[in-house]
Amino acid sequence: MDFKNQKAIYLQIAEHVMDEILSGKYPVDAKLPSVREYAAEVEVNVNTVSRSFEWLQNQNIVVTRRGLGNFVALGAVEAIEALRKEEFFQEQLPDLFQSMQSIGITMDEVVNQYHKYNNK
Amino acid sequence: MISITNVTFGYTPSVRVLEDFSLRFQDGGVYGLLGKNGTGKSTLLYLITGLLRAQRGTVEVDGVDASSRKAETLADMFIVPEEYDLPAISLKNYVKALKPFYPRFSEELLERCLREFEMPTDVNLGALSMGQKKKVYICIALAANTKYLLLDEPTNGLDILSKSLFRKVVVAGMSEDKTIIISTHQVHDVEHLLDHVVIVDRNRVLLDQKLEESDEAPIDIEKLFIETLTCK
Repeated sequence: MDFKNQKAIYLQIAEHVMDEILSGKYPVDAKLPSVREYAAEVEVNVNTVSRSFEWLQNQNIVVTRRGLGNFVALGAVEAIEALRKEEFFQEQLPDLFQSMQSIGITMDEVVNQYHKYNNK
Repeated sequence: MISITNVTFGYTPSVRVLEDFSLRFQDGGVYGLLGKNGTGKSTLLYLITGLLRAQRGTVEVDGVDASSRKAETLADMFIVPEEYDLPAISLKNYVKALKPFYPRFSEELLERCLREFEMPTDVNLGALSMGQKKKVYICIALAANTKYLLLDEPTNGLDILSKSLFRKVVVAGMSEDKTIIISTHQVHDVEHLLDHVVIVDRNRVLLDQKLEESDEAPIDIEKLFIETLTCK
């Protein structure tokens, strides 16, 4: 796994787990690797991965079953989609608006391009 | 805990590698011991294992003087030096000879580690390339299951794939009751493994910092390393 420098490592690992859930590698209710196994897989300190899993639990994407391990929560896919949607509106869209303003692109032009893209 | 207190050491009377040097390693976690070449990193590891003796000051491992080389202390400590020779005997016989000294030695860990490194278990230690020798010895070191594991430039001589396997075996072989100290100047090879980073330069500890994951961008250890060394 390659890491970027702009974002905390534990969040990048959590993103990676979310990608794997969306791709079906770990479907809903599937057992996830243990923190140690996952840490070995991504070659990162156990404490960091432990924090990633905690974060995923707080987002209701992963549930811990006592004595059994970590599982993909029911509703994990919806939770991930909701998170990603929020990220799009909070982070990516404002960037896009800023670019539009600085170049002088109107909303109508974007809508036009959007229709063209969809008709491809 | 490993306590190095006011230690002075030199290989010759006139050239001192360490002078009035103090540093502590708390129990648990993976420490990165970083520093330029020739700043005393290996010397520190040899002092901790009692292979060298401080001319002044004390080195204590769990309260016991390291230079006294007590069997109980040594049974809980393993060092993988940067360079070493292995005898031309089978791995099986080598392990047989070594095992009695390490009560927690785990053949299971050894086999798992060798498998991970894609090394056969029935090798003759005299017939190994440098990289293979490193892999086998790192596996023996992890299998010895000691409280303290000291690795001196462990990624030297490993190719890119083997470096990645090295990180996997260290993470898989780590447990809460172990303290691993990795001395290196190849920061990138190990940075995501570390809980704690220590940067030394001759007589001084330039940085001794726990790496806590903040919500901000990760600490760029290599950058920190260069900055710490250049603006002292």
